[in-house]
Amino acid sequence: MSKFNKKKDAALPAVNTASLPDIVFMLLFFFMTVTVMKDSTLKVENVLPNATEIKKLEKKDRVIYIYVGKPTREYEKVFGTESKIQLNDKFASASDVGDYILMERAKKPQELQNVLTTALKVDKNANMGIISDIKQELRKVNALKVNYTTYEGDAFRNLQ
Amino acid sequence: MPKRGAPPEVNAGSMADIAFLLLIFFLVTTTIETDAGLDRMLPPIEPPDTDVIIKQKNIFQVSINRDGQLLADEELTNIKDLRAKAIAFLDNGGAPSGSADYCSYCKGKRDASSSDSPAKAIISLKNDRETKYGTYITVQNELVGAYNDLRNREAQRLFKKDFTDMEAEYLNPETPDNVREELKEKVKRVQDLFPQKLSEAETSSN
Repeated sequence: MSKFNKKKDAALPAVNTASLPDIVFMLLFFFMTVTVMKDSTLKVENVLPNATEIKKLEKKDRVIYIYVGKPTREYEKVFGTESKIQLNDKFASASDVGDYILMERAKKPQELQNVLTTALKVDKNANMGIISDIKQELRKVNALKVNYTTYEGDAFRNLQ
Repeated sequence: MPKRGAPPEVNAGSMADIAFLLLIFFLVTTTIETDAGLDRMLPPIEPPDTDVIIKQKNIFQVSINRDGQLLADEELTNIKDLRAKAIAFLDNGGAPSGSADYCSYCKGKRDASSSDSPAKAIISLKNDRETKYGTYITVQNELVGAYNDLRNREAQRLFKKDFTDMEAEYLNPETPDNVREELKEKVKRVQDLFPQKLSEAETSSN
């Protein structure tokens, strides 16, 4: 009998998985810290154009976003298929842009208020008319620094 | 039965499962993105007090129509040729040597009927309301590219470095302060050689 018992002891020991949670937690914390939750859901189509001569938008706290594009499928029935402006979570018209910029600017700390950039995230199929209206509004509220947000890539692909 | 030593261990076998669940959630929702794009300055809304008279030859007029066709300096141009044309215009240096505007570093044709010097040369961009944004960005990209090409050339000549690299390093917040101070002057110097004068007229609606 004792012989049999010995054999049983010599069976392959289970792999110690006690440190597995630690490893997984490490990964988890990494992803938790680098994750940026989207602060507004997109209600417009937003396929950005490509460009090569781009500069990075370094400091996120100094940026105000404006989205422009065709309303997505679910909003198409209500808002039509013309390009629309989205500010925060709402559709807006060009005349609201000025107020929005002023409001966002007021929310930022004093020392940042003069160095804000407006990032225009515009769908590549939008018309320039709406962009011109936005630019006009931005000039009115003296938000002159703009960034046309794009993907990095061959600019000639925009033409197709 | 007598208890032997340590209390029973908590079963931590499912901890990994829970952690995995969270991990996968964050993995899926993560978008590691840094936005990038073309930086531009809009002109202030108040017109300048003094009216500046600009010679016609110092203006490079670029118009885009609703079909995405391009008119550069009154010639129908393919967008692919725009960069070369813009560079030729900016780098022309038409002012005769000895005059105040003479451009010693220009390598262009020195055609008297084109721009006097890079400091005087203005690119004016005009577009239709129906122009597609994608086309507009392509044109903007090419024009900014023309400036960057010329600035790179001068930066290579002066500092043996690309202007775009120097600027990116200058704008990077992780660059140490003393390096940035040094870069600031260099960047400024190259920028002054080819100041970016890109004017945008209000769009026409016809």
